[in-house]
Amino acid sequence: MHLILFFIFAGFCLAGAINLLLQSHPIASALSLIVVMTSLAVLYLLLGAEFLAAAQVIVYAGAIMVLVTLVVMLLNAGREERTHGSHAAWLVGFPAVATILAVIATVILHLQRMGVAKLGDGITSTAELGTVLFTRLLLPFEVTSVLILIAILGAVALARRGNGEGTAGK
Amino acid sequence: MNSLFAQEVPLSWYLMLSAILFSLGVVGFLIKRNLITMFMSIELMLNAVNLSFVTFARQWSAVQGQLFVFFVMVVAAAEAAVGLAIIISVFRARATLAVDKLDRMKL
Repeated sequence: MHLILFFIFAGFCLAGAINLLLQSHPIASALSLIVVMTSLAVLYLLLGAEFLAAAQVIVYAGAIMVLVTLVVMLLNAGREERTHGSHAAWLVGFPAVATILAVIATVILHLQRMGVAKLGDGITSTAELGTVLFTRLLLPFEVTSVLILIAILGAVALARRGNGEGTAGK
Repeated sequence: MNSLFAQEVPLSWYLMLSAILFSLGVVGFLIKRNLITMFMSIELMLNAVNLSFVTFARQWSAVQGQLFVFFVMVVAAAEAAVGLAIIISVFRARATLAVDKLDRMKL
């Protein structure tokens, strides 16, 4: 069962990611990214991370992707024109990606001590997660709340009309 | 059918999936010519890394790995808010999202 679910949702993940690259319309890319994120939530569930699966659906597939699709619609982003791209991307970027993938793949395939994941064991409960979060990692947790506050202020300041160069919108 | 239910998946397959997703994200960042889709490729890379975090948390039975993913999600939410605000203000100033036309800082 685990094997079947893994293949189905890993397939969804890869298909969504490849579709993201192939589509030329931003909204189609955004929808395929939602597919990727939701399938990743199922994979988290298979790995026993219940809380993260829920958070993935709510935060990533929900909040962040709503924001992205809203911006796509707000800016009326049309079909992108394909250009050749930069020379640096072709000369350095793609060989570097291929090399990184090859290195990671060989390392992973030579790992001996990796375990196996079975359905229904090794589930991390949310209570366990909360205990560690609010005892050992309390300071980082509080710092992230400050980070969120600053990010909200920054987003409002950036997106407000009529400051700096952005007077074209007025 | 019973043996089918007892199947188990090696954790290295999850790591492999994560590596492939990350590479697809990098390729997307390189070939996409639209600010928003480049941004989405970055989100894809973040998600790929999160998957390997969860896999290693499972491997070592470490709760901290999952909490790290939680923090990555929080930072990604902040990053999305600020990044999209930047995209909106760029669009307002230039009326385009094509990165080839946003070349004022090029030499």
